[in-house]
Amino acid sequence: MKIGDLAELAVRNLREALLRNSLTTIGVAVGVASLVAMLSLGVGLQQFTNKRLANSGLFNAIFVAPRTNFAGFIRGNHAPAAHPLPLTEAARLEMAKLPGVVQVYPEIRFITEVRFNHIPYTTVVSSVPSSDRNDVAFQKMQGRFFTGLDADEAILRMGFAHQLSKDTASLIGRDLVLHYAAREPLTAQTEANDAGTSSAANSSSGSSSGGFSIVPKTTKLRIVGIVEHQPGEGFGGFRDSQVYIPLHVAQTLQATQVSDLQQMLQGHSRQRTYASLTVRVKTSAQVPGVEKEIKKMGFRTFSLFDASRNLRLLFALLDLLLGIFGSLALAVATLGIVNTLVMAILERRREIGVLKALGAADADVKQIFFAEAGVMGVLGGVVGVGLGWFIGRMINLGTNYYLHQHKLPSVNISAVPWWLALGAIAFAVGVSLAAGIYPAARAAKLNPVEALRYE
Amino acid sequence: MTTPQDGHAIRAEHVSRHFEMGETVIRAVDDITLEVVRGEFLALLGASGSGKSTLLNLLAGLDRPTSGAVFVESRNLAEMSPLELARYRSRTVGMVFQAFNLLPRMTLEENVELPLRLAEIDRAERHARVREALECVGLAGRLAHRPSELSGGEQQRAALARALVNRPSILLADEPTGNLDSKTGLEVMNLLDEFKRGLGMTIVMVTHEAPLADRYADRIAVVADGKLVKDGVRQ
Repeated sequence: MKIGDLAELAVRNLREALLRNSLTTIGVAVGVASLVAMLSLGVGLQQFTNKRLANSGLFNAIFVAPRTNFAGFIRGNHAPAAHPLPLTEAARLEMAKLPGVVQVYPEIRFITEVRFNHIPYTTVVSSVPSSDRNDVAFQKMQGRFFTGLDADEAILRMGFAHQLSKDTASLIGRDLVLHYAAREPLTAQTEANDAGTSSAANSSSGSSSGGFSIVPKTTKLRIVGIVEHQPGEGFGGFRDSQVYIPLHVAQTLQATQVSDLQQMLQGHSRQRTYASLTVRVKTSAQVPGVEKEIKKMGFRTFSLFDASRNLRLLFALLDLLLGIFGSLALAVATLGIVNTLVMAILERRREIGVLKALGAADADVKQIFFAEAGVMGVLGGVVGVGLGWFIGRMINLGTNYYLHQHKLPSVNISAVPWWLALGAIAFAVGVSLAAGIYPAARAAKLNPVEALRYE
Repeated sequence: MTTPQDGHAIRAEHVSRHFEMGETVIRAVDDITLEVVRGEFLALLGASGSGKSTLLNLLAGLDRPTSGAVFVESRNLAEMSPLELARYRSRTVGMVFQAFNLLPRMTLEENVELPLRLAEIDRAERHARVREALECVGLAGRLAHRPSELSGGEQQRAALARALVNRPSILLADEPTGNLDSKTGLEVMNLLDEFKRGLGMTIVMVTHEAPLADRYADRIAVVADGKLVKDGVRQ
C-alpha cells in the first residue's frame, strides 16, 4: 500500500478508538517529556558551563612557553631540551599565521609602584588583550572596558579599589600614576661608556651584546572600571593582579619583567623574547590541531580544552544517566502501545480477515499496524517535546526564583536545542515502531478464514 | 496431476481440506474434483456444515488444501506464495459474504475504494472506478453514507460493488442472500445475473437455497459431508 494511504488509514483507525488511543499517545508524550526534561537539564548545565568557560576564553586558548628545563617543576616525562628555543617575535608571528589562529599575544606582568593621591602602593600590573572584552569579569564590572588598544586606562580589582577609597564608584575617572622600571636597549656607544651606573646587562662578547639598561619611568593612567573577580583568562592564577592595562599600552611601556633576567642569562637579550604567549583560536575544535603545530615548532603548550576531556566525559555520562532515567517513562509508554495495538487486533479481527479477502498481503496488514504505532509515536513525540520544553522552562523559572531570593545571578539550567527536540521525536517514533513489531506480526499472521468467522 | 483445459476458469483436482481437532480428523472437503467453465454461473448447494464454504475459501485462495490442487486460469493456487495469493485475491477474484463485511467506520465510497488502495491504484482513477462500481449496483447517490445507514440489500449491493471494483474475472459469493429477505435476495441475484451476462464473469455461489440456485445458476453442484454428491443437476 502507498505511504499516503497507509497514513490515512492509520489516522482513521486511531480516531475510531479515540479515548484509548489518546491515552496511549499521552503516555508516549509523558515518556518523551520526561526524557526531554531530563536531557534538557544535562544539556542546559553543559551549555551553562561551556558558556562560562568560553566567555573566559579558556577553551579556545593555548598557553605557549619555551621548553625550559625547570628543575622539579614540570611533571611528566619530558626530555630535557638541550637548546630551548626562545619565544621570539618571529615565533609569535609564525604562530599567528597558523590556520584558525585569531591572535597571539604575550603575557605581560610586572611588579610596580602605583601612586594614588600621592600615596604609593606596590602591586602587580597585568596586560589585557582586547579579545578579553567578553570575559565574564569584564561583563559584570563597575564602569567600562578600555576605550581602545592604546588608551592610557586602567581597570582595578575590587580589593585594591577598596584600599584606595571606600566609595569605589568615585574612583572611576580619577587618575593613578604608575612608577615602573623600563627596559632600554643599550647602543654600542652607551655600552662602551657605561660604567655600570644603572643596572646594565652585558654579554661576555662585548660591544654587540644587546644589553639593556633599566630606567625608572612614570605614566599616568585613568581608572575606567573596577572588576569584582580576576579575569578568567590565563592559567593557574597567572593574572592574579590588582591593576589591568591594555596589552598594547603594556607593550609600549617596556616595563622590566622577571623573564628579562632569564632572557639575559640565555644570551637572547638583544632580541626581545617572551616568557609565554597566549594563542587564541577561532573555535575550541581547532585547539588540538594548532597545539600540535606549535609543538612541532619546538615549544611547550598547554590548553584547557585538552585538559577538559574528563569534563566532557563527565557530561556525556551525566547525559547518559539522565537519558536512562528519562527513558523509563517512555519504556512504560511503549508497553501501553503494545497493549493498545493487541486490543485493536482483537477488536478488528474480522476487519483484518476482510482486508485479506480483498487482497491485502501480510505485509500490508503489518504496515497498517506499524503505521498506527508510528502515528502514535509522532504525535506523542511532538506533544512530549512541547511538554518537556515547558517542564524545562518551569525548572528554569523555579531555579531563577530561588537564585533571585538569594540575590544570585540568574542562570538557564535547562535547554532544549533543536537536535534534542528532533532526536526525541525520532526516538519516540523508533520506540513506538519497535513496540508495534509484535502486534503487527500477530495481525499479519491471522488466518483470514478464522478472522472472517470471528464475531 | 493435469493442468486445466482451455475454457476452464477454475479446476479443482482431488481437493481435500482436513482439520485436526485433537485426535479427530474432520474432512471438511474430501477429494472433490470440479471444473468451472469461463462465464459459467455455478451454484454450490449444500446444507450447513457440508463443506461448501470451505471449498469456496480454497477457490478464493484464503485457505490452502490439505491435498490436491486448485487451478485458476492455469495457475495452481497451492504452489503460490502468500504474496502471490494476495495478488490473486486482489486482481483475479472478487468476494461477497453473507454478512456483507463492509467496514462500519468507513463510508460506502471508502469501503468500495479499499481494494483499489490495496492494489495501489492512483487516487484519481480510484475515484472514477468507485463511482462506476456504485452506479452499477444503483448506489451512486449513497457515496457518503456509512453501512449502518443502509438496508441489508443495499449493504450487499455495496459489497458487490466492492467485489467488482478491481474488475476481477471471477466472483465468489458465500451465501449472498442468506441475511436478506426474499425480495431483496432476488434483487441481489438479479445483479449477479447481470454481471454474468453483461461482464462475462465466472460466478461461483455457495447457497443452501435450492430455488435460487435453480433459477439463476447454469449448473448446480451439491456438496454433502465434504464430498461432491451431484454435479450439473438442476432441481
